[in-house]
Amino acid sequence: MNRIDQLFQNKQKDILSIYFPAGYPKLEDTLPTLQLLQAKGVDLVEIGIPFSDPLADGPVIQSAAKQALDNGMSLQLLFDQLKDARKTIKIPLILMGYWNTVYKFGVDAFLTECQNVGIDGVILPDLPLEEYQEEYKVKFEAAGVHNVLLVTPQTTDKRLAIIEKAASGFLYMVSTAATTGGALQASKEREAYFKKIAALDIPSLIGFGIHDKASFQHAASFSNGAIIGTAFIKALEKGNTSEFLESLQ
Amino acid sequence: MSSNYFKTYPDEKGYFGEYGGSYIPEELNAEMQKINDAYYSISKSHEFISELRSIRKHFQGRPTPVYYCNRLSNKYGGRIYLKREDLNHSGAHKLNHCMGEALLAKYMGKKKLIAETGAGQHGVALATAAAYFGLECEIHMGEVDIAKEHPNVMRMKILGATVIPVTHGLKTLKEAVDSAFQSYLKDPVNTIYCIGSVVGPHPFPMMVREFQRVVGIEARDQFQEMTGELPDNVVACVGGGSNAMGIFSAFLEDKECKLHGVEPAGRSFDKGEHAATLTFGKPGIIHGFKCYLLQDEEGQPDPVYSVASGLDYPGVGPEHSMLKDWNKVEYHSVSDKECIDAFYELSRSEGIIPALESSHAVAYALKLAQANPRQSILLNLSGRGDKDLDFVVEKYGLPEKVH
Ligand SMILES: Cc1ncc(COP(=O)(O)O)c(C=O)c1O
Repeated sequence: MNRIDQLFQNKQKDILSIYFPAGYPKLEDTLPTLQLLQAKGVDLVEIGIPFSDPLADGPVIQSAAKQALDNGMSLQLLFDQLKDARKTIKIPLILMGYWNTVYKFGVDAFLTECQNVGIDGVILPDLPLEEYQEEYKVKFEAAGVHNVLLVTPQTTDKRLAIIEKAASGFLYMVSTAATTGGALQASKEREAYFKKIAALDIPSLIGFGIHDKASFQHAASFSNGAIIGTAFIKALEKGNTSEFLESLQ
Repeated sequence: MSSNYFKTYPDEKGYFGEYGGSYIPEELNAEMQKINDAYYSISKSHEFISELRSIRKHFQGRPTPVYYCNRLSNKYGGRIYLKREDLNHSGAHKLNHCMGEALLAKYMGKKKLIAETGAGQHGVALATAAAYFGLECEIHMGEVDIAKEHPNVMRMKILGATVIPVTHGLKTLKEAVDSAFQSYLKDPVNTIYCIGSVVGPHPFPMMVREFQRVVGIEARDQFQEMTGELPDNVVACVGGGSNAMGIFSAFLEDKECKLHGVEPAGRSFDKGEHAATLTFGKPGIIHGFKCYLLQDEEGQPDPVYSVASGLDYPGVGPEHSMLKDWNKVEYHSVSDKECIDAFYELSRSEGIIPALESSHAVAYALKLAQANPRQSILLNLSGRGDKDLDFVVEKYGLPEKVH
């Protein structure tokens, strides 16, 4: 069974997911960071495939991605780094990246590598939903790799219905219409939106703007849990990751 | 090619053959759909068309003339004609799509126009449009280009725009697009990203082409009136490809017209030294659309360079990508050196100082004229060179004599 499905079967509340870019801050940090995250009780990890022009990401993630690229990080190298990861890492792993890197790598080769190293899902924010459904959905399903889809406060009900049908694993609920790294602000409309998505049949995690225990708990109260990216990257930069992760408990 | 071309390309999802489309994060989906709907409902309305026509005539000074280069033609052979977009208000073809995009933004109730700029020409044009309509304007520009295109930076500021310096990566056009997208994503409801060429996610490549078609429509009539025939060759420089699409669009169905797009060969054909996307690129996705893209094995966009700030982009318009595959347009490249020579040649032979971008087209046209002395050439002179004067003289000096 796919580890993402297993996770949501066993745990419905307060799921903590962490995002970090592969090969950051040092090229060889990918696996040690994964091990730390698992040891600190993180439920799910999203590993970023660095891309030089990440449209959906804010300045912190952009500059971390650039650093990783300068370090020599690449998709092939990421698969090499993860070759033996499943000997120790048991939590579900997701790769998050931009479509051109996967397109250029070759979708079949990409999915084969995902299967080989034990990747449970992907987030490809700029892969059009229609193209995914027409050309790739069958392949992703055959490989047992979930394509996690995003919804935002601007997503219309009509489109939401299409997304819900196409979605697998869980829905990534974007908290605001903005890039990663902004602040999460409470509002009536936002709560209504959170509740609408949470009422769907598929589990959901809230991302964008979650940066500490309070914002995590707030977000998690409307969904199955939440995703922290920018704040964790700042901790990687400062070198206080353990403290940061403990502060979330 | 059938006369249905413009209704067939792009298709409903924004594809020109396999290129184009809309590779954008979900956050932008709803807004792009709204812009698309607005484009079809508003910009086809009688009211919109009348207003845009009036703007073109009274504010932009259109139609711009077609001019026969007497001395240049005598010197090089051939018959060389210029479509004078340098005489379009604000000094380049860019105002054609900016007035259209800004008018649409006004109808949509947007408060602020956001864009990137390379040479500053699109930024100036958008700042001009914003001032005309009383909208806010925010222009993202690489620090390298800010230093190089100082006069245009001043013009944007005088026109009331905010200029945001972009400091990451190579600090040029591609990074400026990244930065403008970021800013747009913060508030897509009240702002609109008026992208500066026939690039970006659907509907921008289509919209910008439609607003630029006026160049080709005018030029075709003017050329025929002057000569009684169609040009043998049509030449334009290609950065993203807006001025080229503008003029090519009127000749796509004329088998006797050869179309030539000219890209920058920069300093050499080594990686990072040029931006000859259609010569060396491979299909890929950047900034929300699929096109020929200069990229490495891993799908990371290559660094690019050209002496012309408006041409150094690793991608290119999706329609050009399709027209290349069809062999409908031939794409060539011209080096920095050839560009600078052409810059001085046109200045001194005809009294017209071209933009460095347009000088690429001039350089290629001169070669074409020499090789085909019996043929006519219609060249889209996309902009004037005022913005480039200090840079060119400082870097290349003032030659006593050209050639
Ligand atoms: C005068 C001029 N011509 C051409 C270009 C290139 O753009 P495009 O290829 O979209 O016409 C620019 C861009 O800045 C420009 O300023």
